[in-house]
Amino acid sequence: MITLLEARAVSKRFGGLKALTEVSLTINKGEVYGLIGPNGAGKTTFFNVLTGAYTPEEGEFVFNGSELPLGKPDRIVNRGIARTFQNIRLFREMTALENVMAGHHIRTKTGLLGVLLQTRHTREEEKLTTERAYELLKYVGIEKHARTLSRNLSYGDQRRLEIARALATEPRLLALDEPAAGMNATETVQLRNLIETIRGDGTTVLLIEHDVKLVMGLCDRVAVLDFGKKIAEDVPAEVQRNPAVIEAYLGGAHHAA
Amino acid sequence: MNDISQAIPFLGKRNPKAALFALVVIALVSPVVAAMFGNTWVRILNFAMLYILLSIGLNLVVGFAGLLDLGYIAFYAVGAYTWAFLASPHFGLHLPFWIVLPLGAGFAALAGIALGFPTLRLRGDYLAIVTLGFGEIVRIFMNNLTHPVNITNGPQGIDQIDGMSLFGLDLNRGLQITEGFQVKSLFLYYYVFLAFVVLAVILVKRIQVSRIGRAWAAIRDDELAAKAIGINTRNLKLLAFAMGATFGGVSGGLFGAFQGFVSPESFTLMESIAILTMIVFGGMGNLAGVIVGALALSFLPEVLRYIALPVQMAIFGKVFLDPEVLRMLLLSLAMILMMLLKPAGLVPAQSRYSKADLLGDKEIAQ
Repeated sequence: MITLLEARAVSKRFGGLKALTEVSLTINKGEVYGLIGPNGAGKTTFFNVLTGAYTPEEGEFVFNGSELPLGKPDRIVNRGIARTFQNIRLFREMTALENVMAGHHIRTKTGLLGVLLQTRHTREEEKLTTERAYELLKYVGIEKHARTLSRNLSYGDQRRLEIARALATEPRLLALDEPAAGMNATETVQLRNLIETIRGDGTTVLLIEHDVKLVMGLCDRVAVLDFGKKIAEDVPAEVQRNPAVIEAYLGGAHHAA
Repeated sequence: MNDISQAIPFLGKRNPKAALFALVVIALVSPVVAAMFGNTWVRILNFAMLYILLSIGLNLVVGFAGLLDLGYIAFYAVGAYTWAFLASPHFGLHLPFWIVLPLGAGFAALAGIALGFPTLRLRGDYLAIVTLGFGEIVRIFMNNLTHPVNITNGPQGIDQIDGMSLFGLDLNRGLQITEGFQVKSLFLYYYVFLAFVVLAVILVKRIQVSRIGRAWAAIRDDELAAKAIGINTRNLKLLAFAMGATFGGVSGGLFGAFQGFVSPESFTLMESIAILTMIVFGGMGNLAGVIVGALALSFLPEVLRYIALPVQMAIFGKVFLDPEVLRMLLLSLAMILMMLLKPAGLVPAQSRYSKADLLGDKEIAQ
């Protein structure tokens, strides 16, 4: 097992509230890693700290062999971590295709002069970006909506589009924040297949999810957060049996798991 | 150019090529037609061209990148004063067009970055207030930079500014083609301004359909998501401010050369608001709309002035409503009517940030 991401004692406070307390975890290359916990446990905060939206007070991340810059979203994406959001955040006034093309921004180089002069390199890069974006739309299965404004897409398609946009940044680690939230059973199955495909194609996946069935069926390993602390990290079957997890996550209601 | 010709009513959608041709003809002959009503109208046409340039520039900042700028006229002032300093008897300098205009554009771009840096974290109302203040600061500087060294000549402004001179042709003198036929100075300026507008449209179209245009649209639509896909929002916002300011600086330089006189009076908050009104009225973020809006709202007040003054004189024997007041009334009326009837602007076509033809046969009909 090769370690892809290691979080070392990461802490984040908001005023008096300890959102994360010395959270350490390791994600291996090629696995689907689940992050679960009750509402307010700090899952999304962990995402925001990892992707640079927040700067942690203590701790560090080691990604792919070297330390991640903290609180620098664009440089973190450049290192190979892409994310989606719990409440979908697409670029509303752009088409599906253009959303994914925007996601390719960091992997392209054309500068202002190249754009103004429309050099051959610019035109080639633009063509490549367009084609690649279309391929990604096909990959997540919404290519027939390429020219639809993203705000006019159905809910499930918007979720897929957000994943396609994140994939356009060519990540090593794809961080999905509750991708199945609000989806019906069919859409959830499709999403599960999509995540399997992504993993199969060599991208490691970090998944926050409330859908216990999805997490247990999909994840290779799961970490459980409660009140900002990691209380368990193991394969799903073990985590399900862990009394601390049952206590915290299910509030003692043993039958629900 | 395509979506601009498509904005032409009736012909545009059916036959874009014919529409574009019609557009070119109209653009070329309109000063001749205007001259039939008197030279004033050619002047008005020239100013309309400058307003189009300004609107295109402001649209980069507000329409594309979503950064509300209420002090845009400051960059126009920087361009105009650069020309006035470097090509007038005021300092005794008479540098040529090719040096002055790029310098004016460069200074305006620097001013844009100077405004951009402290406002990087601001959005919406807060950004509007700071940019408004910036515009006023520049104007007040122009008004008061007379001690201890007289730099701007204060409220009196700077006059006898050199005209534009291109390839040895002095635009202020006109062009003598044959003995009996002369192209007047006003016309020459019109065609030069038109050339700048065409160039601006081409460049802005290129930016819009590029990774830069998409990054700006991303920041405008959702800044957090833009950061999450690795867009360096700081650099791109500064680029938007600088690019927009460059357009302002260029039009300011053209203004100075054409008018031959600059004073702080031309660069008031009301001018910033007028330009913003033009792009909102026409259809923000959309180049065709911005041009239509700039044309409509730079012509209508003049038409109104032309009619309203004689009418007031005839009925009341004196002028109750000053033309400048009328202009503001008209702009406000235009805004109210637009919000009621066409909330997305006169030409609400959807903006495009990618080229339609790059997918080739993979494209699926909608």
